[in-house]
Amino acid sequence: MSTSTDVVVTGLGAVTPLGEDVESTWGALLAGRSGISRITDDWAKEFPAQLVARLATDPADQLDRVRARRLDRSQQVAVLAAEQAWKDARGADAGVDPLRIAVVVGTGIGGALTLLGQDDVLEEKGPKRVSPFTIPMLMPNGPAAAVGLAVGAKGGVHAPVSACASGAEAIRWGLDLLRFDRADIVLVGGTEACIHPLPMAGFAAMRAMSTRNDEPERASRPFDKARDGFVLGEGAAALVLERADAAAARGARAYARLAGAAATADGYDLVAPHPEGEGAARAISAALRDADLSPSDIGHVNAHATSTPVGDTAEAGAIRSAIGEHALVTATKSLTGHLLGAAGALESVFTILALRDQIVPATANLDDPDDDAAVQALDIVRREPRKATLHAAVNDSFGFGGHNLALVFTTA
Amino acid sequence: MSREDIQSGLAEILEEVAGVAPADATPEKSFTEDLDVDSLSMVEIATAVEDKFGVAIPDDELGNIKTVGDAIDYVESHQG
Repeated sequence: MSTSTDVVVTGLGAVTPLGEDVESTWGALLAGRSGISRITDDWAKEFPAQLVARLATDPADQLDRVRARRLDRSQQVAVLAAEQAWKDARGADAGVDPLRIAVVVGTGIGGALTLLGQDDVLEEKGPKRVSPFTIPMLMPNGPAAAVGLAVGAKGGVHAPVSACASGAEAIRWGLDLLRFDRADIVLVGGTEACIHPLPMAGFAAMRAMSTRNDEPERASRPFDKARDGFVLGEGAAALVLERADAAAARGARAYARLAGAAATADGYDLVAPHPEGEGAARAISAALRDADLSPSDIGHVNAHATSTPVGDTAEAGAIRSAIGEHALVTATKSLTGHLLGAAGALESVFTILALRDQIVPATANLDDPDDDAAVQALDIVRREPRKATLHAAVNDSFGFGGHNLALVFTTA
Repeated sequence: MSREDIQSGLAEILEEVAGVAPADATPEKSFTEDLDVDSLSMVEIATAVEDKFGVAIPDDELGNIKTVGDAIDYVESHQG
């Protein structure tokens, strides 16, 4: 569906392994600094995959103590990123009726640390010692609800769950809410914080994680021949969306337009991506149609590229078939790790900043590109960031379950 | 344990769980009306009181504890 409703991004927030806000994260990314390290905790010693991308700073330290103890870490980091974005957009001064403020914040896993931590309490001390805050801290809509309270949103609070596409899916929902005039301003984003033995063991059992334990900063290597899996990261990112005319009327600064979005399902397998990226290509093509743009308009793609052997080549095929070989592709998970449900939101922030600064960050560790024909054909930026004249860019995200999301941003 | 000791122990719990300033934790204060303690925090406070003072607070008794003074009375009359 193409509509005449222009939607712009007026605020950004991020709390990531690379930095505690948007600009520090972006600066670290352009400088090629890795957020990945080896776990030093005793529990990890027997684990095949021991690498993580932890937050640069503990989110609980930046929140009121009592507030922090009632929020799961995934909620804490979501609230911090959302408050940054809201402040950046001067949302509190926008004069928007709370009934017209909506929130969409997705997560892939939800409050896993609370679930697992309280299960320990249950086993050790019995049911009476389980915290009364257990359920609001572990429920997957918990981060969206906490963000809604933080900004006083009464126009609806939503929590899409589509694994590693959740953050991107939240952005698409936000676009729809504005196009359907169900809100005047929407705070969207994604969050994840599940670095704990159980998720680590589960992903490792799927053989999805890198085991390059001796070289943490070289472990996440999307599109590289020697890639062997993703590195689990934590963090959150948030964006403020509003209709372009309303944003202009209140004098808000627009970073970029959110020109189009689309979602598809592979209909192929519960976890394995379609080998040729058929569903992913359909999502990208549909998002371009939604944005009323041609493949040749797209100058940059921030790829989902998690550094898994199967996923990266499937995505390369999808980008090549839906967009072509001219766009500058980058895979920022090479430095941030994989933030699961936050990935699509964080990488949208990166895509928007690439348009703002007219520069594409480099894919780290891409020493020897895969022999796959599509990987060879694409122009993947590596070694140094590349300056370019960019008008439109795509961020794609995929999730276990066969979820494919594509978002199209253009310069404001 | 004296009423003063119970009150100061209760004040520590209220500060830890609900962020209530110790000086505000006086007997006449209502948990919900004056100290802004919500129902889930009341459950947490009750659990902490049980641990700290070695008393049991059944759910049907918890509903009768409205003020800091009520809690002090309860602990004083139930401690071993």
